[in-house]
Amino acid sequence: MIGHLLSAGDLDARSATLILDTAAELGNLAGREVKKLPTLRGRTVVNLFYEDSTRTRISFEAAAKRLSADVINFSAKGSSVSKGESLKDTALTLQAMGADAVVVRHPASGAPHRLAHWVEGSVVNAGDGTHEHPTQALLDAYTMRSRLGRLAGLQVAVVGDVLHSRVARSNVLLLTTLGAKVTLVGPPTLIPVDVAAAPAPGIAVSYDLDAVLPASDAVMMLRVQRERMGDSYFPSAREYARRYGLDGARMRRLPEHAIVMHPGPMNRGMEIAPEVADSPRSTIVEQVANGVSVRMAVLYLLLGGKA
Amino acid sequence: MAYSSADQDSTGQDSTDQGGTGQAGAGKTILGPPDLQRVIDRIAHQILEKTRGARRTVLLGIPTRGAPLARRLAERIAAFEQLRVPVGTLDITLYRDDLRLRAARALGKTDIPAGGIDGQRVILVDDVLFSGRTVRAALDALGDLGRPASVQLAVLVDRGHRELPIRADYVGKNIPTALTESVKVLLAETDGRDEVRIHGGTR
Repeated sequence: MIGHLLSAGDLDARSATLILDTAAELGNLAGREVKKLPTLRGRTVVNLFYEDSTRTRISFEAAAKRLSADVINFSAKGSSVSKGESLKDTALTLQAMGADAVVVRHPASGAPHRLAHWVEGSVVNAGDGTHEHPTQALLDAYTMRSRLGRLAGLQVAVVGDVLHSRVARSNVLLLTTLGAKVTLVGPPTLIPVDVAAAPAPGIAVSYDLDAVLPASDAVMMLRVQRERMGDSYFPSAREYARRYGLDGARMRRLPEHAIVMHPGPMNRGMEIAPEVADSPRSTIVEQVANGVSVRMAVLYLLLGGKA
Repeated sequence: MAYSSADQDSTGQDSTDQGGTGQAGAGKTILGPPDLQRVIDRIAHQILEKTRGARRTVLLGIPTRGAPLARRLAERIAAFEQLRVPVGTLDITLYRDDLRLRAARALGKTDIPAGGIDGQRVILVDDVLFSGRTVRAALDALGDLGRPASVQLAVLVDRGHRELPIRADYVGKNIPTALTESVKVLLAETDGRDEVRIHGGTR
């Protein structure tokens, strides 16, 4: 069996739950003195990053190393890509080096799907353009489940730049699969028009954050992706922060148990106030730790068995 | 992605040589519920005797069926000597040497008692001792968790056919088997009843 993880939509409830359960067991490793398992000895994982990333790349690297896989880091800067090498040729090079798994981040939506046809190993999508980021969705679901005890029936607000957000898309796909209800909140210019016109089952759209907060179990603040937008989506950063930023006053509208999430990196003062980011409700640091466990689970389930 | 998660039963690789022939046949009961109870009582007594009172001792069951067995042993020890022996579970899936022979397996629970295992006498508990590979994996796993003072092994059934130089310190019952046969331990906690059965092959 060669499996890939290209889209959160490829996961049914059973396999998604298996990943979360596996991550929960692997998470215990973090408390141990020897944070290493022999499971993927002799396997090679290539991190192929065409876009800047700190936490995702480091998270995948830590996950692979904790499972004893060999890790090769490839970033487009300073590689043959800057000499004009195509994705396919790079893929064939990796193939020749015997990569068992390729973790790929690429600015073009769909690049991991193409890659999956060219290499023999497993391909893990670590974020492609404005399309998907399935391991982020898995770690978000894991964080919600461990903080709130369940996923089915949860009300999750995803707030901000939904239009450009691969995190939002993957989260919507995964959370609805696992029985949570998602409300997309943002200025009309940053919510996809087709979604706003006819939301799929389990999904709602709102342009009013204050109205959504009192009924939310978890609020996921998305980063305003300045690199993917011109300046025309909202009048000014200040106005955006006023209407859609999560500040202390807004946070207090949330129910007692509700958590605040952010995939990082944060624009403090823009979509999230420092007071909120550093509050006990915030799971932002926890999400990073959980990311390693979830990525270990994904690598184990893709590479741990029969190739 | 499609994972095989249905093989919870086979996390103890010694107990599930489901090859062989006679799954269709009814098999033969080796131990019934009262026998199983007596065997567990005896192992509990032997542990107390051999360890001179089971001080500084931790019982670690290997999932699936070693885990309830370890808890039962601890209960019996508590009943005989009013002594609480810490009990935990040790999943060895990630340390198996045959991971690549099958699709990725779901993990069992690892739950080490709060006192840890450093300097303790660890008694590994499993249902069936067969090739010895599960025990080897468990020894590797223990090494990553700490440094026990010593490690012992308690099994309900020893069916022979060792592939590694490993033996048990406490054996509930020796059952000579053919390789074509399979030994199945059923426990009330996991299977709804207590029984040891042997299936398949011709003796």
